[in-house]
Amino acid sequence: MLTARVIPCLDVDAGRVVKGVRFQGLKDAGDPVELARAYERQGADEIVMLDVSATPEGRHNARDAVAAVRQALGIPLTVGGGVRTVDDAGALLEAGADKVAANTAAVSRPELLGEIAGRFGRQCTVVAVDAAASGETWEVVTLSGRTRTGLDAIHWAIRAVEHGAGEILLTSWDRDGTRSGYETRLIAAVSAAVPVPVIASGGAASPAHLVEALRHGADAVLAASIFHESDYTVGDVKQAMAGAGIPTRPVPGHIQESHT
Amino acid sequence: MTVPDVVVCRTGTANLASVLAALRRAGGVPRTGRSPDEIQAATHVVLPGVGTFGAAMDTLRDTGTADALRQHIDNGKPLLAICVGFQLLCRSSEESPGVSGLGLIDDGVTRFPDGVRVPQFGWNSLAPGSGCRTLVAGHAYFANSYRLESAPRGWCAAMADHGGPFVAALERDTLVACQFHPELSGCWGEALIRRWLATSC
Repeated sequence: MLTARVIPCLDVDAGRVVKGVRFQGLKDAGDPVELARAYERQGADEIVMLDVSATPEGRHNARDAVAAVRQALGIPLTVGGGVRTVDDAGALLEAGADKVAANTAAVSRPELLGEIAGRFGRQCTVVAVDAAASGETWEVVTLSGRTRTGLDAIHWAIRAVEHGAGEILLTSWDRDGTRSGYETRLIAAVSAAVPVPVIASGGAASPAHLVEALRHGADAVLAASIFHESDYTVGDVKQAMAGAGIPTRPVPGHIQESHT
Repeated sequence: MTVPDVVVCRTGTANLASVLAALRRAGGVPRTGRSPDEIQAATHVVLPGVGTFGAAMDTLRDTGTADALRQHIDNGKPLLAICVGFQLLCRSSEESPGVSGLGLIDDGVTRFPDGVRVPQFGWNSLAPGSGCRTLVAGHAYFANSYRLESAPRGWCAAMADHGGPFVAALERDTLVACQFHPELSGCWGEALIRRWLATSC
């Protein structure tokens, strides 16, 4: 049986992991290789690295970080940030990413998703959707939240899959960095609308929040600060999942307690 | 033990960084190649595969790799096929109608049914049948939309479930074919690669 994934996220600026609230006010949080390996040992099912560098030099360093993490990491690595062309995607895959996530460029030109899927396969193609509440629905925001697009997030998710996305990384812009829990209504709505897996992101502060997102239809849960701050380990989250009856991969080297 | 000489087949579109890194961590000294000479010289061959069944099969035929792989297998030398590499060993795939695979496994792969998430992304538990030596029970990482539904005769199979049973991996002598990605399956996957590297003809 397929298990629900727990995915620590590394925001990388010029080769260093940073943390921030709503993508701003970045603070240094460590070395990407050390953090990625530590999370693998804790039982992480996958790692997401988002390149938040603002400069070409920063991007170059971030690509080196992808290569360094790949050498050390034995679990899947998804990389996003600054993917504008199919060649950008190819360079990240060559550096060692297993999947690439496109965001702003895919909103401007959805064909990009088809080009990436056409050359590398749908299983390499992730669309990152940042959504902000707009009345009773959600609107897609881009450029790290600076631009409201007017696009309905659920319609965009459906279209992105039609264009070639094999997975959706869904971030609630309102919740990101707030530690107030995931936007479960958004997760439920998008999960029900698309056939591909959905990774929920934005707002996690406790294992209970991650369990809640999975119960609302997410296939995987992504979190950054709760792991970086050492509030909880991935193992703590998996114990909460097992306790809630959600199928999970046991932490390597540990026998999972049975709660049944 | 001598260090195995591992060649990872370039099938054109595949991302090989993860496979090469995992082989190194497992103690191998891998290099990439696809010419018949390179494959003939190798003790161990890895057939990865990302991208479509049809595109990968075209590359294997055009470069003469398909015949060299057949020869390698017929000589009883170790082969590790991964994901689409596994599917290339089959007769056909619903992904690329009309394209013939290598046909070592006399069955075709089909798409997962509606009602489950496709692609299957994530860790699924697999149960090896009797006779499996390299394949052991555990959780493996999958990223696939197509699968072989039932175990073919003459192979030891490990099964998993995603909307019904499917073949997670097959083994026969020194040939191991995984629908999952051992290179992305953590320490469990690394141990599997080590066991395969330890096999020889």
